Amino acid sequence: MTTIFGVPTQALFGQLLLGLINGSFYAILSLGLAIIFGLLNIINFAHGALYMMGAFVAWMLLTYLGLGYWWALGLAPLVVGLFGILLERFLIARLYKLDHLYGLLLTFGLALIIQGLFRNQYGVSGLPYAIPAELSGGQRLPFMFLPNYRAWVVVASLTVCLATWLVIEKTKLGAYLRAATENPTLVQAFGVNVPLFLTLTYGFGVALAGFAGVLAAPIYSVNPNMGADIIIVVFAVVVIGGMGSILGSVITGFALGLVEGLTKVFYPEASATVIFVIMVLVLLVKPAGLFGRTA
Amino acid sequence: MADTAALDAAPIAASRPEGRDDKALHRKVFAGLAIALALAPLVLYPVFLMKVLCFALFALAFNLLLGYGGLLSFGHAAYFGMASYVSAYAAKHWGLTPELAILSGTATAALLGLVFGALAIRRQGIYFSMITLALAQMVFFFSLQAKFTGGEDGIQAVPRGNLFGAISIADDRVLYGLVAVVFFGGMLLIYRIIHSPFGQVLKAIRDNEPRAVSLGYRVNQYKLAVFVLSATLAGLAGATKALVFQLASLTDVHWSMSGEVVLMTLVGGMGTVFGPIAGALVIVTMETYLAPFGAWVTVIQGAVFVLCVLLFREGIVGLFARILKKPL
Repeated sequence: MTTIFGVPTQALFGQLLLGLINGSFYAILSLGLAIIFGLLNIINFAHGALYMMGAFVAWMLLTYLGLGYWWALGLAPLVVGLFGILLERFLIARLYKLDHLYGLLLTFGLALIIQGLFRNQYGVSGLPYAIPAELSGGQRLPFMFLPNYRAWVVVASLTVCLATWLVIEKTKLGAYLRAATENPTLVQAFGVNVPLFLTLTYGFGVALAGFAGVLAAPIYSVNPNMGADIIIVVFAVVVIGGMGSILGSVITGFALGLVEGLTKVFYPEASATVIFVIMVLVLLVKPAGLFGRTA
Repeated sequence: MADTAALDAAPIAASRPEGRDDKALHRKVFAGLAIALALAPLVLYPVFLMKVLCFALFALAFNLLLGYGGLLSFGHAAYFGMASYVSAYAAKHWGLTPELAILSGTATAALLGLVFGALAIRRQGIYFSMITLALAQMVFFFSLQAKFTGGEDGIQAVPRGNLFGAISIADDRVLYGLVAVVFFGGMLLIYRIIHSPFGQVLKAIRDNEPRAVSLGYRVNQYKLAVFVLSATLAGLAGATKALVFQLASLTDVHWSMSGEVVLMTLVGGMGTVFGPIAGALVIVTMETYLAPFGAWVTVIQGAVFVLCVLLFREGIVGLFARILKKPL
């Protein structure tokens, strides 16, 4: 068997792929967090819970309505996004004039509620969600076996991230968004409905989380705790990348996923903590984050 | 930056300089608390009381950082839990007497606070919160994997031992005396810190950091100092808790514990001297009575969070302070 640094290539590439998958989720989630933070100035602690909700909506669509994966991929982000719009309109919007910390506390409370409700209803053991028939099976590459679904997750999340970047950087709507991030009062004075913008941005940000949840459903079992586990890592990713740049958070997400995968090969004991260790190092060397602007 | 702007609950307490009659009022509250502490075991179950006291001290320590330093740490479980582990380990495997076990746990928390604090204060506002949370999660994974913590089992059947090698604290009522003394001492220390010149500078930094900088204060040193103090006292609470329940487990280092102490402080009143005690009493009572409802406790905690943030930001003691028009 071929080996690299004493590790079978099969295992190495397998873990790298797994890292890339995790990286896909880190990228989409930190992208959503960054967009929401940029405009609303709150850190959305409920992001993990809404990611979990996306996976559950996919499961429910299949179980109760018989709608399969491709329907879920479109509908679940919509449902989560609409739910997010309600949250923003009725709860979060009341806090804009207060210290940012209250936004963190409120969304933490929301995360506890959402997570607790799903745990009561569905337990903690996790529910299975099958890989769609079109994407089952895999490719036998010279150095590894590549399951089709995993390749699809990486491609889909890259596409969504790039599309989001294009919309924000290259369209008129995105220009409004960037302007409102810089100076909401001035943009409002030009006749742009900024409160509506805030609502839609939050809706879009959490819809991204819902989308990630659907992608994750066939890989990890659909579990009420899946959001809490990932959100803290995503926070570390956000601290490492800095939330100043959209592409920055995407690149950081994927890169850290890969690093985590590599750690699983060479030093498995540290795989759960490696991202936090990198965060510490980045804080020591470049406190504003790799792509951050100094405050 | 608005990141470091004051929490809106705080100015109630800090709206005017404290006069002599405020100090007299506080002295009365302390006397009332001391009497309540002495009489409570006649009415209530000592283990429940000790739980309340440990969490009250934990919340007081946390509030020192949030209410007076303006720094929202979302990872205080790390100091509470790590101190709890070290104290339990020292009592069980090294056979240290309880006071030394508690001291070793507290010292560990201080050291951890020094390292994590130095890292976290490199960023402000929301980033500070995320960094403390991530560092605490690192401690959680460490506790999950390290040998000395006992992984999923935790450290069980911790001996309470003999205080100073002489007085047995196996009896709940005797141990209650020790816990009450630790709590009261911790509370007085925090009160002293808040009202010292150091505490005044902290409040100045909380209210307007650039101005404090322009006045020549080295704000980072102050922030680090209050962080270490807060972590140390949180550790004191955790280390004591390990002896009360004769158990140190992953629950103590989990992020939900960090959330719980935030909730206690929020309910009681951020930036008030006595708020965290009221908050701890309310939340521990709530959890004790709601325990049969299992996972609903999380939902209710979340709902309390949301309601407090939206409608009741001043907290219980903050409300009293407003009615009495006196800082409490």
